Amino acid sequence: MLGYYAATAIGSLRRSKALAILMVLVIGLGIGASMTMITIFHVLSGDPLPGRSGQLYAPVIDPRPLARDRSESPEPDGNFTWPDAMNLLRAKRADRQAAMAGGAVPVRPTQRGELPFYETGRYVTTDFFAMFQVPFAAGSGWRSEDDEARARVVVLGSELSHRLFGNASAIGRSVRLKNTDFRVIGVVDHWNPQPQFYAQINGRVFGKADQFFLPLQTAQELNLDFNGRFSCWDSGGDARTSDHCVWLQFWTQLDSAAKASAYRDYLRSYWREQQAHGRMPRPANPQLYGLMDWLAHEHAIPDDLRLQLSLSLGFLVVCMLNVVGLLLATFLRRSNEISVRRALGARRWDIFLQLGVESCVIGFAGGVLGLLIACLGLWSVRQRPDGYAQLAQMDLSMLFATFLLALVASVIAGLLPAWRACRIPPALQLKTQ
Amino acid sequence: MSHSPLIASLTRHKLTVGLLVMQVALTCAIVCNVASIIGHRLTQMRTPSGVAENELTLIESVSVDESANPLARHDADLAALRGIAGVQSVAAVDSLPLSGHNWSNGIAFEPNGPSMTSATAYSGTPEELRTLGLHLVAGRAFLPEEYISLDAAHDWAGINHVPSTIISRALAEKLFPGKDPLGKVIYPGDGPVRIVGVVEQMLRPTLDESESNGYVTLFSMLPDTASITYVMRSATQDRERILQQARRVLTALDSNRVLRNPQTFTHLRDDYFRRDRTMISLLLCAAFALLLITAAGIAGLASFWVQQRRRSIGIRRAVGATRRDILRYFHTENFVIVGAGVVFGVALAYGLNMLLMQRYALERLPWFYVPAGALVLCLIGQAAVLGPALRASGVAPVVATRG
Repeated sequence: MLGYYAATAIGSLRRSKALAILMVLVIGLGIGASMTMITIFHVLSGDPLPGRSGQLYAPVIDPRPLARDRSESPEPDGNFTWPDAMNLLRAKRADRQAAMAGGAVPVRPTQRGELPFYETGRYVTTDFFAMFQVPFAAGSGWRSEDDEARARVVVLGSELSHRLFGNASAIGRSVRLKNTDFRVIGVVDHWNPQPQFYAQINGRVFGKADQFFLPLQTAQELNLDFNGRFSCWDSGGDARTSDHCVWLQFWTQLDSAAKASAYRDYLRSYWREQQAHGRMPRPANPQLYGLMDWLAHEHAIPDDLRLQLSLSLGFLVVCMLNVVGLLLATFLRRSNEISVRRALGARRWDIFLQLGVESCVIGFAGGVLGLLIACLGLWSVRQRPDGYAQLAQMDLSMLFATFLLALVASVIAGLLPAWRACRIPPALQLKTQ
Repeated sequence: MSHSPLIASLTRHKLTVGLLVMQVALTCAIVCNVASIIGHRLTQMRTPSGVAENELTLIESVSVDESANPLARHDADLAALRGIAGVQSVAAVDSLPLSGHNWSNGIAFEPNGPSMTSATAYSGTPEELRTLGLHLVAGRAFLPEEYISLDAAHDWAGINHVPSTIISRALAEKLFPGKDPLGKVIYPGDGPVRIVGVVEQMLRPTLDESESNGYVTLFSMLPDTASITYVMRSATQDRERILQQARRVLTALDSNRVLRNPQTFTHLRDDYFRRDRTMISLLLCAAFALLLITAAGIAGLASFWVQQRRRSIGIRRAVGATRRDILRYFHTENFVIVGAGVVFGVALAYGLNMLLMQRYALERLPWFYVPAGALVLCLIGQAAVLGPALRASGVAPVVATRG
């Protein structure tokens, strides 16, 4: 029976071609626009470090003086001062912990005659590699003694290693960063978590991988340039090691919920202890964000994209309302046909089913069109210069979701008109004929 | 013509009419808000930066060798750049409007006092004002003896010793509303700094939604950082050539450096607002698509109604209604439906705006977008119904006798 309904559906859609095309177009546009945005969201809100993210936490303390300025944000920006980061690092209360900052240095090429170039990377402490499960193509990270000794060692990203040394092994070779020689002790094997959750969350959090890693203390001693926000308060100079300038990120690995709760207690006692020394005058209120919570809290996905998603969903709703109206019109136009069928013994349910199949046919066609439009939309997003652009790819689950959304939307859109149409009384319509 | 049959006929299609009203209301609400977002972004994109945008070329130089005296190196570079044909003036600066490199300080009125607001600190060589084309509206430029080093090696300690500053008018009005700022003393660092001049307008390196986008202090400090931006002013048509030559000249002088982002200021501005441009084109597309779909919906339903009412139209024609009466009937009917939608739409627009203000920190919907949006929707409704209405008015009276 369903096959027959599908055939009559196609037949009746053929009869009112213009209206049918309009409905398919409208569904296609609505589905296409919303699926483009939903896909982008699906991709961007993925777990940057599957398998490990559940144990990673970003602690937040607030070392700022009491609020004086109304324009000041009530929440701390999540960055650490040098002394606080070093204190937490040395306390070793978490299973693993690392302090870090984004860096940028001029790299001197090994070949003579080539001009130096700029490269971005990260200044980190020893646990960074194990905590984030950084895969090594060769060599390894450094030991914690190297941190304290301010060792001149560096771990290269695969791209930079290839650019400097080609396919030859980089381990043990020397690379000149700014005006200091560093010994290469490891090469990372294509590692680029998206978003780069461990960096300061800003517009550049999606995109390029770090191309070098070197000890934070070494970078501080050599006064290497760092990237990102650096905010200070009070007077007394803007020194990077001062206790009133925040610029470092701090991450911890805590293997169980009990440990996380213990760490939160530790942060509170640390805060109180600092207060006893006349620092951190705000009421002790440390936070400990899980990785995914942290990304949500820091709006890793740009607000513009959220707005675009809301807009596309609003657009879908308008499209659906439109289709409901048009379906209602086409169904009611066939009042005669329906009343004849009813008079011949068709139950309301039969009519409902027949018209439901008809809206499914439209939904299917709209889904195909929507998929094409979504692919086109994603392509256009990939042309954007933003870091997230290259991630905007359709995957199998999204492909399936597109069709599902199109079918569900059109069935929902068809429900009301089909219900209205199946209430057409049989006798009355026969009489007027 | 009495409207009562019109209303009566609409009540027979309650469901369809209700759907159409809802669609118009939603479209109205979304389009009004989208238009307001577009308007806001356009205003932001058009804000003048205060510098001679069409005459500037920039190149960033990062020195690899730190042992050399940076100030002497900058002087040598500047002299070489000045020698390029067509370059009217050159300056070395640490940052520029819309460049993204922001160094801000809290501005206090007394040592260690509470900060009144925060302002961007720009520093540059003595030719900075002239090269950037900043317009001094009060006071004077810096005197040669006022210049000190930024002292980047000691955490930018220059800010604690610099004697004088030139501030933007926006900052002057914030700090000293209604008073003459010249000669007043502020504390951006540890030490007192006297305001010697006021420039008409200058934007910060990064903009936000607050009113502080024009809060700027220029200091008589020579940037001595390893990374420096050279700004060259020239005639507009010379810019590309000068950019090429500047690269060659600087590399020839010292190849142990990284030259970054050689570009015109126009390019810098385009880059800064690229995302906003994408957003605007996207919003425009969405608004047009919404209006188009709503128009198509109205036209589709109207033509269905015309078809359904052919007989009654014929009867009305037969008993004396003119074509114009029929036309007017459909237009009035459309106006009633779209008008109802717009009334709901206006309320919905403000509701949506409130939601957006909460979730995305967007600005309040300016009032004029609402009547404009309502008018546009009414016009679109009338235009969409024109085709079906004309077809209806073409129904011959003889139709009444058939069927």
